[in-house]
Amino acid sequence: MSVLTSLMRARAVRRGRALPVATVRHLHLSPRPLVFVPLRLAGEAAAPLGAMVGADPADPRLLVVPQPRNRELRFAFMAELAEVVLTYLDGFGAEPAGGERFADAPQILVPNPKGIAFIRLLGRSTRFRRPDGPYPVPPSVPRLGTWLTFLAERGEHAGSSLLVALTQALGAHWATGQSAVEDGNLAAQLGWIDPPPGLTGPEAADAAEDPLRTPPAGPDTDPGFDRLVLERSIAAYDESGSPGQVRAALRTQLEPTWASMWQAVELLRRLPDAGSVAGRWERDRTAFTREYRRLAEGGAPQGRRDGAVGAAHRLARLEAAQQEFAAQCAFDDPLAMVEHLLSGKAFRGTVVEVDAARRIVPPGGKRASCRPLVVVEAADPVLIPPGKTVRSPRRPRQRAEILRIEGNRVTLQLLDGMGRAAVPEPGSVPEHGQSVCYADLDLGGGRRPPLPALEETPWTHGGPPAEYVPTDDDALEAWS
Amino acid sequence: MSRLDPVRGSAEPVEHNARTIAALAVNPGCDRRAVLDAAGVDKRKTARHLGRSGAFGRSPFAQSRENSFADLVKADGAAHLLRLLRERFGLSLSEVAYVDVSDAGADRRAEVRHARTRTELARAAEGRETTGTLFDNPMLKLDVAGYEVYLEPRVIAFQVRGRFHVVEIKSFPIVDDQADAAQVSAAARQSAVYVHAMRCVFADLGLDPGRVSHEVLLVCPKDFANHPTAALIDVRPQLSVLRRQLARLKRIDHILDGLPAGFTLDLRPDAAGTPTRPAAELRTALTTVEARYAPECLDSCEMAFFCRDEARAADRVEALGRSVREELGGLESVAAVLALADGTASPTDDQQEIAARLRHVQLLYAEAVA
Ligand code: SF4
Repeated sequence: MSVLTSLMRARAVRRGRALPVATVRHLHLSPRPLVFVPLRLAGEAAAPLGAMVGADPADPRLLVVPQPRNRELRFAFMAELAEVVLTYLDGFGAEPAGGERFADAPQILVPNPKGIAFIRLLGRSTRFRRPDGPYPVPPSVPRLGTWLTFLAERGEHAGSSLLVALTQALGAHWATGQSAVEDGNLAAQLGWIDPPPGLTGPEAADAAEDPLRTPPAGPDTDPGFDRLVLERSIAAYDESGSPGQVRAALRTQLEPTWASMWQAVELLRRLPDAGSVAGRWERDRTAFTREYRRLAEGGAPQGRRDGAVGAAHRLARLEAAQQEFAAQCAFDDPLAMVEHLLSGKAFRGTVVEVDAARRIVPPGGKRASCRPLVVVEAADPVLIPPGKTVRSPRRPRQRAEILRIEGNRVTLQLLDGMGRAAVPEPGSVPEHGQSVCYADLDLGGGRRPPLPALEETPWTHGGPPAEYVPTDDDALEAWS
Repeated sequence: MSRLDPVRGSAEPVEHNARTIAALAVNPGCDRRAVLDAAGVDKRKTARHLGRSGAFGRSPFAQSRENSFADLVKADGAAHLLRLLRERFGLSLSEVAYVDVSDAGADRRAEVRHARTRTELARAAEGRETTGTLFDNPMLKLDVAGYEVYLEPRVIAFQVRGRFHVVEIKSFPIVDDQADAAQVSAAARQSAVYVHAMRCVFADLGLDPGRVSHEVLLVCPKDFANHPTAALIDVRPQLSVLRRQLARLKRIDHILDGLPAGFTLDLRPDAAGTPTRPAAELRTALTTVEARYAPECLDSCEMAFFCRDEARAADRVEALGRSVREELGGLESVAAVLALADGTASPTDDQQEIAARLRHVQLLYAEAVA
């Protein structure tokens, strides 16, 4: 939580309405996302109870497991879900082989982070199943499990948009007048951001907290609903064999969230894309394309767990993604930059002197190159030490080195991004009187963390991991 | 009669169990909760009477899953559990004995069963056998604010080489050696209650309480099957929080001393148990005891909606979360935050820094959204 968001939460309290904390949208939003609202049976690890899923707000598909303790019915549910999800995924992968990545990729939206955790568990519990052997399942079930696992893992990368929890997406763009705990309730959060006519934010949030008026967005159901409605509906199914009552009951629990999901999509859609969104989405597309082709060639499901080095690589990757994402957001959005201005990792100011024609022979170089000098009178205290390279949101590709800081005067030497000619290209050097902002933030760019490659895993960490080969045991694992 | 009886009024005190005692430790700084819990007031009924009850309660499905898994673990003379213990502590098949403490004859009263638990534990503690003993259905006792609370764990104590371990059975899964962090820490808080209660029994018997290990054996289903697996968890942090809170409840007199004469949270239930006390009167009584609301209360205390209303009405920053309050320099009211950010109030000496920061943020915000 940043000071900015905290202050805006306080303002939202007074205003009775949420306030924006971003000027642009930092995630990609597909024109045709697949909304997925799963429910599970309380007390069970990965027993699906039902779901509402679909890419058309007007046409949700309701899937239910009328007796969630029945294993056959659970796999039948997974097969039905596979039909919807795999058809959706295949819609993006049906391109002829060739290019590095497909033109577009899928995007799955769930209400909250618990929904993502549940997707991970569903993936884990189904990806090792087999269409043959003692407990055969339809071939689509392990394929779905593999995809859900892929999506859940990809979803951990900051800035990835293949699988998104909408409470988090909204929370990154609006500050409500309630706490982060309460923002975990999608309907309450929406109440603050976009209350229905005639209600204030807190009034709408209050209504959203009453499970009778607004059922929870899952995957956990309201205990009162379980006690008063669901238990009886499942018993009715056990007696009659007709799933009608369970269907009707779950529909009442899912429909309000379905509507909230699309309301959230609409709100996010109104924000313009941030500058780096397309680049990050391109990487999502690449990741999707690779996985799609891997599976099309008969690739195995992901193994059970990363080994020590695998896990370290993964953590390092996630951290790098996190840093890079934070930096890109700051360069795309002045509101995201605020935090760095406050911490001294960035400064703003006015250009008071420019020597655009300066050419020197850089250390270790042979020929003279353009190294314009720019002096900025900083409006904020500058805590970045001289010698560091910084960048400006206006010219993110250009590196500038801090040579000296005297009082609030910062002398910068531009290092690149001025074209190849003997004089800098027009517009590539800040002008006298211009307001500028420079930040010491790592925009990434593919540097790998200094870790041994997987094949070089030291023996202290178990030696190189064996590649995962699906086993019969995995396929027969009980799911009771 | 305890000073707390009139606070509760005519109703029977609510029964504590490990779950409710563990919940005491979640907001240790709250006087209101300390008084409610020490007096054994029914918080859920109180909140309902005030029209501010939340979605508390457990799903029957969760309950029955928990029971059926515990039954499985303890079936056939705890066969599964014996297997896990042998694996974990490297014992051979013949080295684990099983004692069912509830086999005390016809008398099922808590005191009787507690006495038998003591005898069995004492016998095991004095013996120096190298074999393990498993105690099923023990009855422990704990002093909560001067009340004796009996705890009947579904949990089992295990003694091996003179050391005792609490065994806690939970029905959330350990998938590929990993479990949900929130559920593990809730289990750790509850287990700490048993460890503490067992240490009290030891101290009472003149034995070294340190022989009850802070390592608890957590038994959970493995992956997605019904097959039990086990992991050792260290509950030292939970133990120290719990001890502090229990000590605080003992000093409840300090809080009571500050309350007006005749103070009571009595709901004045009629013959059918329906509260008859005017809600407004009850509300006034409650608000005389200071609360310390934070959003974490929403998951741990039945009074949360009531206290949140109060915190919001008082414009308290804390209602937005502790981290928000920290970011905002510890300022207490939303009004104070906004006045400093807008420059409509002049900061006191120790508010200079946060005031400058807030004005800076406000300025940057205005520029960015302009
Ligand atoms: S909800 Fe109220 S009574 Fe309960 S712990 Fe929080 S502040 Fe105290």
